[in-house]
Amino acid sequence: MAPKKVVLRFSADIADKPIIYRLVKDYDLIINILKANVNPQKEGTMVLEVIGDLYAAGLDYLRRQGVVVQDLTQEIVRNEDLCTDCGACTAICPTGALYLKRPSMEVQFDSDACVVCYLCLKACPVRAMEVRF
Amino acid sequence: MDKTYAEINAKIKEGKAVVVTAAELIELVAEKGLAQAAREVDVVTTGTFGPMCSSGVFLNFGHSAPRIKMHRLWLNNVPAYTGIAAVDAYLGATEVPEDDPLNSTYPGEFWYGGGHVIQDLVARKPIHLKATGYGTDCYPRRKIETTLTLDDINEAVLFNPRNAYQNYNCAVNLSNRTIYTYMGMLKPGLGNAHYSTSGQLSPLLKDPYFKTIGLGTRIFLGGGIGYVAWHGTQHLPFIQRDVNGNELGPSGGTLMVIGDLKQMDPRWLVGTSYLGYGATLSVGIGIPIPILNEEIARFAAAADEELYAPIVDYGEAYPNRLPGNLGYVSYAQLKSGKIMVNGKEVPTAPLSSYPRALEIANLLKEWIQKGKFLLAEPVQLLPPPSDQPTPAILK
Ligand code: SF4
Ligand code: SF4
Repeated sequence: MAPKKVVLRFSADIADKPIIYRLVKDYDLIINILKANVNPQKEGTMVLEVIGDLYAAGLDYLRRQGVVVQDLTQEIVRNEDLCTDCGACTAICPTGALYLKRPSMEVQFDSDACVVCYLCLKACPVRAMEVRF
Repeated sequence: MDKTYAEINAKIKEGKAVVVTAAELIELVAEKGLAQAAREVDVVTTGTFGPMCSSGVFLNFGHSAPRIKMHRLWLNNVPAYTGIAAVDAYLGATEVPEDDPLNSTYPGEFWYGGGHVIQDLVARKPIHLKATGYGTDCYPRRKIETTLTLDDINEAVLFNPRNAYQNYNCAVNLSNRTIYTYMGMLKPGLGNAHYSTSGQLSPLLKDPYFKTIGLGTRIFLGGGIGYVAWHGTQHLPFIQRDVNGNELGPSGGTLMVIGDLKQMDPRWLVGTSYLGYGATLSVGIGIPIPILNEEIARFAAAADEELYAPIVDYGEAYPNRLPGNLGYVSYAQLKSGKIMVNGKEVPTAPLSSYPRALEIANLLKEWIQKGKFLLAEPVQLLPPPSDQPTPAILK
């Protein structure tokens, strides 16, 4: 069985609960944390590689805790021809994957920090952020 | 040692004019002092690139055979206004197709509207035209459906009733739900703060008393050449002050601008969609400021540290038109990435592109240096700031 990649998103009220610990302890899953981020608003995002027999049950447990769980089969790309460097996405992106370079104020996209939350897709006024399958 | 428009234009024609961007002027003043900088510099270029809803284009398509008096008109399915002569129309930037779901699926996406049609026109893409008429003796035709490009029609004149807002609110959200506004997506509980001018590069922040900008001022508009036609709608300029009466830079001025769409460029007229709000057009504008005297240089050299935006709550105060604001914040603070509001640190982001604004200021500088762009002396200056701006209230 190959490990599966999932993205977890936490709101501020559950970001401090020991849910990953429970996944390992109660569901016997092997977990590799690929990315983890808590923004200043205390919203958390995490990209995991998960393997184990109780994979589905473990993910159900997360959902019951209020975690948004999503398969990571997609990648977000920025269409440089469309992007106007306006910056409107930079305070929306929860992980800082979209950020402003100072002092030039050019918008940078660090796809390694992207957790595929889709927020920028609709927030970008010129639809420069695209999904690649 | 004051200068005149004629003297500056003579230097431009000789290729000898000293032209700097507003950002460069700030550095020059810091380095050489105001008096020296004012003597040396002939023209300062400014720029802004951001969503400007009060924009649109007058079109004249030429007549069909037999003739039609267009009563209803759609361009790429977006309705345009036809309550003028037979084949004249006005397409507004925020118009959307009649079958757009709008905010019935909240927040609506507004994928395509008038601003996008304008960008497609300028990009020379084929545009689908459909028009109906009621039939008259002189205009018997009742329907036409065809495809055209910008080059096929008589005129396309960009005519924007309110552009280049002198200053703008820094928008925050004090409510407990995410809101979708023309200032972008605002997260609850002061989750983010959005602002929308290019600060020290922004045209009307650099001429707060309208000493040089007026009717007939030649400008960079949408990648081509345009003119200031009038003051913009809601032009109510004033000088902002804090509680102690200290000046916090200008606000409230606007421009009405006009120019031939056929010589513009889709890089500088970009169809734009604000989630939950609507469609609009991002417009690039650059204005040259002739340094006629030291006072004009001093205003043009105002830096981000001296220019302020009011912080306004879009959760409750703005939609309900409640007076007051949450304080003022400088553009230097806004550009730093975080500001303090009600004792909380709030991440900031712009909606207007500083890199594009700088590109415009540099393009305009190049045009002037190459003698391709002469300054036009306004036939009448715009109304200056008033002590008591009184916006009308619709009752
Ligand atoms: S999808 Fe967009 S908003 Fe979400 S993390 Fe990636 S870049 Fe940021
Ligand atoms: S919101 Fe869109 S256009 Fe603006 S900087 Fe981000 S990706 Fe680029």
